[in-house]
Amino acid sequence: MSEANDKVPAGTPAGTPPAAASRPEAIKAIPVRHYGRWISAILVLAVLGLLVNAFANANVNYGAIPDFLFDSTVLKGLRNTVVITVVSMALGLGLGIVLAVMRLSKNPVTSSVAWGYIWFFRGTPVYVQLLIWFNLALIFPVINLGFYKDEMNQFMTPFMAALLGLGLNEAAYMSEIVRAGIQSVDEGQTEASHALGMTQGQNLRRVVLPQAMRVIVPPTGNEFINMLKTSSLAAQAAQYAELLRSTTDIGNTTGATVEMLFLAAVWYLVLTSVFSVGQYYLERRYARGTTRNLPPTPWQRIKQNLGTFRRPEVAR
Amino acid sequence: MTDFSKGTGAHPMVKAEAVHKHFGLAHILKGIDLEVAPREVFCLIGPSGSGKSTFLRCINHLEKISGGRLSVDGELVGYRQKGDKLYELKDREVAAKRRDIGMVFQRFNLFPHMTAIENVIEAPVRVKKEAKAVARERALALLDRVGLRDKAGHYPAQLSGGQQQRVAIARALAMEPKLMLFDEPTSALDPELVGDVLDVMRGLAEDGMTMIVVTHEMGFAREVGDALVFMDDGVVVETGHPRDVLTDPQHDRTKAFLSKVL
Repeated sequence: MSEANDKVPAGTPAGTPPAAASRPEAIKAIPVRHYGRWISAILVLAVLGLLVNAFANANVNYGAIPDFLFDSTVLKGLRNTVVITVVSMALGLGLGIVLAVMRLSKNPVTSSVAWGYIWFFRGTPVYVQLLIWFNLALIFPVINLGFYKDEMNQFMTPFMAALLGLGLNEAAYMSEIVRAGIQSVDEGQTEASHALGMTQGQNLRRVVLPQAMRVIVPPTGNEFINMLKTSSLAAQAAQYAELLRSTTDIGNTTGATVEMLFLAAVWYLVLTSVFSVGQYYLERRYARGTTRNLPPTPWQRIKQNLGTFRRPEVAR
Repeated sequence: MTDFSKGTGAHPMVKAEAVHKHFGLAHILKGIDLEVAPREVFCLIGPSGSGKSTFLRCINHLEKISGGRLSVDGELVGYRQKGDKLYELKDREVAAKRRDIGMVFQRFNLFPHMTAIENVIEAPVRVKKEAKAVARERALALLDRVGLRDKAGHYPAQLSGGQQQRVAIARALAMEPKLMLFDEPTSALDPELVGDVLDVMRGLAEDGMTMIVVTHEMGFAREVGDALVFMDDGVVVETGHPRDVLTDPQHDRTKAFLSKVL
């Protein structure tokens, strides 16, 4: 259409190698200048530079961070953070599925109870909930579950308080995620499984939940990463010796308060990054059957490209 | 060839007496009376909204009827009779009765997270507690019957509509039903894929399967059908042999409908 296109025809100018004859000549045009992009890039870099400069000249002893990165107290806190996150999420997911099924049931009592649970645990700060669990001995000095009886102080350890506070709160959020997942599955699936003679339970376990997982996994990964960080509230509220608590303890004894907070931040970033990778593979697994061909994983892509020495295909 | 004729033979396979169905205020079925004999291919035609799909879904209790009596092979659907009292069946009992009734849906409704063969063995393994190896053997034979043995490992998303529907038929057959319900099985298919599905259904009819088919395929009804019912607005307007009804309809409403679809 433009002049550039008119140059394409076979009658190429003399001196052009014959190979180029089959291929149209590249368009030579003066590109649009994006001055705005240049200006905004410079502005952003300038602000970034100022920030780096400020932190570089701040009164921070950066050398202390690597010194304590693999300190045994820090590693123990790190382990506790992972443990409390995993068990709280497990409790939240299990109870969340139960609550979601209750909420969707035709029984008005079970569905209202589930609604009330979600209303309460979502409506109060998790910090308050942690404090209540940790201080439960003040109102119930003795715990008596019929089969189990003990002093509440013996039962409500920091770990127990953190688990109940974080896990029961998480269940409220997870149940809404699970409910959304269950409702996202086409009703025809339930009809088909019922027509085959499957019971409600079989339908839920074999047909609905596996399909709901595709909708459930991404926000659950989000919740998991949230939980890694929210577990730091248990340091103060439940006196649980997790990552933040061990780093602040070191900070208090060595005087490197902010340095140790930076150290905690580094470890939290490492944890969330590792779990993000896990989430990617989990999502891939539950995508089975929804796409004709699963895209290769980054690792497979690297291997493939190493094998052929080809440039990677441009991502769609 | 497999002989699919099952059931006691002492009763009509399906018997409906004054069956009514309400959805809220809407009156969908207004007193349906009909009988389907064993080994019969029974076609239901009619305009959309006439209640034919609803009636089909009542037969395996996906919908609850609001009045009348409906029985399959001599047993009431969804109820047990003791003396002159009716007792509603528990979910488990309803599920058990559905094992004997296969259903094929307009939108296939294959389980997308399972491969074709996993779809077929799911119900025999979970519901009938059949051994996996035995179920696999039978599933492969069934997939072979519908011409898809080589697609056993494919997920539904990797199959065409016609192939998906044939897997769905194999899945229903895997429960060895005495009655097959087809709810517009070819309506969601591209025209060139319809033939393969109809061929499979024709084969089933030849092997003596009792089939109730809600369809818009008048050619299939004429060739394969033993009985045909025209429904409109929740009532049975005309019943007869497909050849008679399709070529020489007696009622004006049937004539008006056929003039539009033939």
